[in-house]
Formats: sequence, structure tokens, C-alpha cells
Amino acid sequence: MPGDFFVDPVRPAGRAVITHGHADHARPGNASVLATDQTLAIMQARYGDQAGASLQPLAYGEPVEIGEVSVRLVPAGHVLGSAQVVLEYRGSRVVVSGDYKRGADPTCAPFEPVPCDVFITEATFGLPVFRHPPAGDEIAKLLNSVALFPERSHLVGVYSLGKCQRVIALLRQAGYDRPIYLHGALIALTELYQRLGVQLGDLRPMADVAKGDLRGEIVLAPPSAIADRWSRRLPDPVVCAASGWMRVRQRARQRGVELPMIISDHADWDELLATIDEVDAPEVWVTHGREEALVHQVTQSGRRAQALSLVGFEDDAVD
Amino acid sequence: MTPFAELIERLVFTPSRNAKLRLLTDYFARVPDPDRGWALAALTGGLEFPAVKAGVVRGLAVERVDPALFGWSYDYVGDLAETVSLIWPKRHGANRVPSLGEVVDTMREASRSTAPALVAGLLDTFDTNERFAFLKLITGGMRIGVSARLAKVALAQYGDADVAEIEELWHGLEPPYEDLFTWLDGRAPKPSIDDKAVFRPLMLSHPLEDGDKASIDPASYRAEWKWDGIRVQVAALGDQRRLYSRTGDDISGAFPDIVEAMDFDAVLDGELLVYQDGAVQSFNRLQQRLNRKTVTARMLEEHPAWVRLYDILFDGSEDLRDLSFDDRRQRLEQWIGRIAPGRMDLSPMIDFPDWQTLDDMRSSTANSAIEGVMLKRGDSTYVAGRPKGPWYKWKRGPLTLDTVLMYAQRGHGKRSSFYSDFTFGAWRPGEDGEPELVPVGKAYFGFTDEELAQLDKWVRGHTVERFGPVRSVAPDLVLEVAFDSVGRSTRHKSGVAMRFPRISRIRWDKPAAEADHLSTLEALIVD
Repeated sequence: MPGDFFVDPVRPAGRAVITHGHADHARPGNASVLATDQTLAIMQARYGDQAGASLQPLAYGEPVEIGEVSVRLVPAGHVLGSAQVVLEYRGSRVVVSGDYKRGADPTCAPFEPVPCDVFITEATFGLPVFRHPPAGDEIAKLLNSVALFPERSHLVGVYSLGKCQRVIALLRQAGYDRPIYLHGALIALTELYQRLGVQLGDLRPMADVAKGDLRGEIVLAPPSAIADRWSRRLPDPVVCAASGWMRVRQRARQRGVELPMIISDHADWDELLATIDEVDAPEVWVTHGREEALVHQVTQSGRRAQALSLVGFEDDAVD
Repeated sequence: MTPFAELIERLVFTPSRNAKLRLLTDYFARVPDPDRGWALAALTGGLEFPAVKAGVVRGLAVERVDPALFGWSYDYVGDLAETVSLIWPKRHGANRVPSLGEVVDTMREASRSTAPALVAGLLDTFDTNERFAFLKLITGGMRIGVSARLAKVALAQYGDADVAEIEELWHGLEPPYEDLFTWLDGRAPKPSIDDKAVFRPLMLSHPLEDGDKASIDPASYRAEWKWDGIRVQVAALGDQRRLYSRTGDDISGAFPDIVEAMDFDAVLDGELLVYQDGAVQSFNRLQQRLNRKTVTARMLEEHPAWVRLYDILFDGSEDLRDLSFDDRRQRLEQWIGRIAPGRMDLSPMIDFPDWQTLDDMRSSTANSAIEGVMLKRGDSTYVAGRPKGPWYKWKRGPLTLDTVLMYAQRGHGKRSSFYSDFTFGAWRPGEDGEPELVPVGKAYFGFTDEELAQLDKWVRGHTVERFGPVRSVAPDLVLEVAFDSVGRSTRHKSGVAMRFPRISRIRWDKPAAEADHLSTLEALIVD
């Protein structure tokens, strides 16, 4: 590419543009990193000195020239600081979506569609079985369960960056004002969100609390902890998980989840198609997920589409 | 439909029995008639919609959705009803969501020709979870881990009634059970179900513990063999003939041979067996005929059913349950002499002067159709449930085998953080002449909580490979497994299947090489 830089490189690069802070996009060890200041803060919190030798913050909408390419970051609505990368070169515009969603999220700026010639879209949920219900309804399910099982704790599996803070914010929006308890692995990034101005209310480390005192309370933990030994510290927990993958019952069951909450930070099938129509790109490249179904559907609607296979990404992207 | 769909959604994922009961009683309290009654019927298998076949649902889906997209989606999801519920395209301006009662009414009136359009119309009004519950409802088999028995226990809890009362009423009632709920709500007396061949809850026994023998007098107890079949109630009154399982499920459809022989007016208690060439056959043979709705002529001929009678509850319309066991026994013998029923005989009594003699008889009988002995106090009336004292069961000692732990799987609910389901194997000669382990069974109980914690720790420390929730472990731990019997099985790699296996001891001390061989197990097979 003219400009000699990489978007979300899987191996350390000389110059990297990073869409957001999830570990499968933002990796340590790049020489120079261009990203939103929130993403840079997240990378520093995660990687410390390894976040990058030179960190260059770029505000949303502000163009910067790299070689002959004009680069601009536009909100992607995925997590705090997440951005699409808009590239312009000799009159053509390419948009790299990064990960994105269209549903409302009180913890980050909403996705902005940018008309373009080539749209490189993620497709984590690129099958028509993935249609996320309103997140508020899923939060209501959790609160109903807390009312029905007041003697049990509710343990919600959430990814530490984005989902955790969004679930807390959604609970607060629903009027839940009790303390929310956090697994130790969630604390650093949640505090960073608060420092960056996201209001999350009364949060407490779970480690300080006696087992019996967690009856009737909501506890958040990383997905890996919810059904493992760590969870034995909780009184008869109702195991919940907040993820788009919870849409499929077998997935939820495999993970021992008793209350699946379908809350995703990725576009669902309808949002993917609506976004492609909005940016109205004649050419769509599909990556990160179930490319074949989306390529098939986009081709049916008269656009050119192809799968862009990337190495280094897991089948089950972070959600 | 919405509350029903929410209930199904929760029940699907809820492993704990108590939590399921809470969800059910909460539903019964929140949802009005007739919807809660229809939900009850759906959960207890009392609703069928013969006009709708799974093929219809699939056909509707591919009319609405690109077949290639449907194919990829079905491959990914793996369940037809779930795939359709997820992929069904939204229609804007759809009608109000109908209630469960309205859905049931609509679908019960459907014919094969009108069903597809009705199903499509309803799918349009529903959200994803409602579609899933609806499709499971109309295509049969909710399979959500709620037994009819559990639903009845929930009803009892909801209405603060005795579950035996509900079981007794059950087969005299019809969906949507408004008279039942009115009674449970305290707004009407208990429904009357006289003169019907309803299920009368069975009297059950406690296991005889070592301590019990000292405190009870053998002279006041009668003994009979405990036959290895399934406990049934034979209920024939007027033109109604029904065969009930121990929990009150109507299993008449699978046993037309027994039903045909029920040309009398009585309610009897007995053991359902397969009986051929003058002898009771193994439980394996009976199993061929269980859990079926209908039965083929060939099965009737190959595995003829029989009932060995233990007790009489009603002779005609005369209720004998308040008589003593000795009096009922006399009435039963007289009744058999008078009626001479086909496909039934009397369970013989065993004379025993003292515990030791009975113990010897129990342990030494060569008849594999005998599970042990039953002890019934001569003056005991027939009461529903499991009162402590009047009846005891004294089973033969179980068979045991020293096996080697091969795989461990995470449990569910409270056990989800523990490796608590254990697959164990026995040695056999491998192709290379070296002994190899072959799995012979799986057990997830028999150990204490403390032992479970030790096993969990051992599994984590000796894992060789992981497959999702399953770990294979180094073949180093010997588990003594107790089981009631063992039969041949074509479904298992080892060719054998244990009945009711449980972990009886963890042999931390025993080297795995000294565990038992498959041939030891094969020698115990009864056909």
C-alpha cells in the first residue's frame, strides 16, 4: 500500500494504525502507533512499555497524511476509542471497518457510516441466524432473574474490555444502583473507562467480600472464570454470559451458562447488510468471521464482494 | 406466548431441580388460565398436533430464506427448530402476539392442508424465542429437562398440596386443567374424579439399613421377592383399562398384551416383566419394550409382557387400601383364584424364621430376575408415598469391578466447576499384545463432596488431553464401581453396558495394572 503502514498488523510493524484495543487487533511491539487517544490509553494499560515506541493520538475526523495517503479515524461504535480507518488515495476511498456495531452503547461514540469505493467489513456474525435482540431486554432478563433467585448470586461472564463496562452502564441505565462486584482481571480497564469519563456507579472488587454477602448481588468476571474453580467462591451462582455467541443454544450449553444474555459489540446480520447499503460501496471485502454467507448475500444484491482471509484470527473473535 | 417462551428459554438452560421448580411455580402464579394449563400440558407431553410435521417447517423456511444461507445456517446451528426460529425474517406490521391458549386453539383446528399457512402466519407474529418455543411445541418433544413428575411437584408446591393428591387426580383431568388450578388457588374444592381408572399413587419402600434389623421384629413382617422389572399399577374400571408406571405415566400404549388381559374391574400393584418359557426374563429384555408409544407384533411375540402381582388396591369399586397388608394379601389371592387373569400371576411369599435365613436366601438365589427381597409389615395399610417403617427393600449386594479412570467431564449447575462425570475402563488385550483400556461405563455419583473435590484435583493434575469440557487423564487411578447388573450392548465399544453404575470406592492405593479385565465383566452378563 502506498504509505507503508499496516492496519491492525498481526506481527510487529514499523508503522501501525490500530482500530481498537482488543488483543486480536492491537498487538504489542509496533514501532509507531497511530490510534485514538482512548485506544492508546487502553494499549498502555495492557502492554505498558510494549504498547509501541512512538504513540501518536488522532482525534476522530481529523485527517493525517501518511506518504501519499490521507488517513482519518471515524467512530466504529464497538468499544471505547474504537475507530474505522478511512483511507483516501488519488480520489479513491477505502474504509476499513475494524470491529463495529450499530446498536446503542452508552460507553462509546456511535458508528458513523462513510460512503466509499471499497468497504472492508468484519463478519463475526455473518450468518442470518445472528440477530441481536435489544440489549435492554437482555438486561431485563438478568434483573428478573435476580428478583426470582434473591438468595443466589448472579455471575456474568464478560470480556474485560468493552463488554464489561457496557453491561455495567446498561444496568445503570435500567435503574440498577446496587454495588456491582468485579473479578480482579476486570478492574484495571474499568477504572480506565471511569478515568476517561464513563460513569459506571458503585463498583467493588469481589476479592474483598465475604461469600455470604454476595447473595442477591451481581458479579462480573471474565468468561474463562465463570464455570471454573474461581466461581466456587460465590454462593450458588446463576452463571450468565453476555455475548453474541449466546444466540446459539448449543454454544451456551457447552459453556455451562444458565442465563445466556445476547449482548454483542459486533454488528449482527441485519446491521452488516444495512451498513453495506449505507456506505454504498461497489466493492466489499469481507473478513473476520463467516465470510462465505455475507459474500453470497452481498453478491446477490449486485455488488462485487470477496473474502479477504487473514491469518492470525481465531474463529471465535472476542465478543 | 411470550411468558411461555421465556419459561422454556430459562428451563432449557437450568440444571438445578430446585431452580426449575422455582421457575415453574413462578410461571403458574403469574400466568392466567387457560395459558398456564396449556403450558402444563406441553411440559407433561399431553399436547399433540398431528397436522404439523417437521418437513412443513423446513419447507416454509426455505420459501422465505435463500436456500444457500439456510444451508450454512442449519449446518452451524444443528437444530432445525432453532435454525428456523433464528433465521425467520421479520415482517413489519405483524399482528399482536397471540396467547398460548390462542396458539393451541388455532393449531388444534389445523388440518394438513391449512397447517402450513397457519404456522407461517404465527411465525411472523413471534420473536425468536417465541418461534423456538412454538416450533418445539407443535413438532413434539419439548426435551427441556422437565419430567411430568417434576411438573407435578411444582404444582404441589404452587398450591401447597401433596404431590400424591395431584398424581391421583392427574389422569382424570384434561388440559388446560382449569379445575385443577382453581382448586390449587383455593377457589374451589378438589375436582372429583370418581369411577375412573385414574392412577392411585404407589406405596414405596425404604432401603433396609443395618441398624433397622435390630429394631424390627421379623415375626411382624412378611417377605417376598423383589422382581427386577418395573413397578406398575394395573387399573381397570368399567370400560377403562390403563397401565401406569410408578410415577403415574400412562404406558398402556406400549403394552397392548397386558391391556388385553385386563378384562376385570380392579386396581392392582405389581411388577412388569418379560415372561417366557415359564420363567421371568432379564431386565434387558424388558428394556426393549420400554419408552415406546406403540409396539410391533414382532416385539410382542419376542418379548411377551407379564405382571407379577404384589397387591390389590381396589376390587371392583371397593377401596381396599385401608385394610392391612395381610388382609389385602388374602383378598388378592382370592381375587386371582376367582378371576384367573391372563398374563398375570401372584408374587409368592417367602417364609423366614429370622434375618439370617432371609439374608442367606437373598444372597444365594441364582435367579437373576430377583433384585432382592421386600419386607412388608403385616398390619400396614396401603398409603401413598414412602412412609418410613411399614415397607423395606433389601437388595442383593451389588456387583463391583475395579476400573481405571479414563475421561472426566465437567458437571452442570453446582458442579459446573468440577470434573464430576467419570468414564472408566477395563483392560483387554490390545492388537499389539499389550493390555489396553476400553471404556465400560460412566458414573457421576457415589462419592462424597469431599471425594469429589479430591477427584477434581486429581483430574486437573493428571490431564493428558482436553476436548472441550472433557479431559482424558493418565490411566493411573483405580475406581471401584458398583452396578446392579451387566448386559450386552451393541452401542458401546466394549460390547457391554452396566446397569446403574456408581463409584463405590476410590482406590488411591491400587496400581492401575491390577484393575479388572473386560473378561471379568463379560462373565457376569445375563441375557
